[in-house]
Amino acid sequence: MAGPSSAGRFRTPMSRARGLGASRHGVGHFITERVSGLALIPLSLWAVFAGLRLASLGFDGAAEWVSIPHNTVLLSLLIVVALIHLKGAVQVVIEDYIPDFTLKTVLVVANLFVCVLGGALGVVAILKVAFTGAL
Amino acid sequence: MTETRGGLPERPLSPHLQVWRWHITMACSILHRATIISLYVGVLLLLAGWALALASGPDAYACYTGLLGSVLGKLVLFGLTVAVLFNIAYIVRQTFWDAGKGFTPKVADMSGVGAIAFAVVGAIVVWVIAAQTGAL
Repeated sequence: MAGPSSAGRFRTPMSRARGLGASRHGVGHFITERVSGLALIPLSLWAVFAGLRLASLGFDGAAEWVSIPHNTVLLSLLIVVALIHLKGAVQVVIEDYIPDFTLKTVLVVANLFVCVLGGALGVVAILKVAFTGAL
Repeated sequence: MTETRGGLPERPLSPHLQVWRWHITMACSILHRATIISLYVGVLLLLAGWALALASGPDAYACYTGLLGSVLGKLVLFGLTVAVLFNIAYIVRQTFWDAGKGFTPKVADMSGVGAIAFAVVGAIVVWVIAAQTGAL
């Protein structure tokens, strides 16, 4: 977008009549992706470290490790932030490659549901182990 | 989209993938999308699945870690290590882009090569550490 002239040239009559452009919502997705991405730099480096640690622990060791407060919190944050980031990233891929409106909408909503479900399952499982210990 | 309707000026289309020669920035962009998709599956199935297995008790956990410890499981985990590290490098790269820096072809090529090198070398280092600490 190189200034108002080219922006005006490629707008449809409908969008010109509405006069809204992106209704000031266009930048929200972008900022979410960038901020969650930055948060994921330390979180995913920690995840690699955690994975190395957990690989040599058995069930009891892993359950004990998860119940240490900072591990509980970082694991939960990792799942939540990663899924916020990936939900947005995969939504862009869907929007780029699926031109059909109905299919696109179904996939975007399914993407949201899958991410929320996966995140909720993961976080509740971690909290259960952290609060009630190994079975 | 080639015909103009209702007096609209013809809108520009970006050239299709096939007309471009392969180059490093394009490979990075495609690789980024591929790693995003693999991490999507990875975080949902492996991370959330791991937490669920742990919460389901010793038997489920042993079954789950047995799957991850198989040859195929290790291959998938190595691929995910590369994907995670590549995305870390890519986020740093995009943050510089947001600041308006790093767009000259030379720098963009170098940061692309750097991101791939960081991911591959970093993943090998992580797995060497894993082998030495008895995590494998």
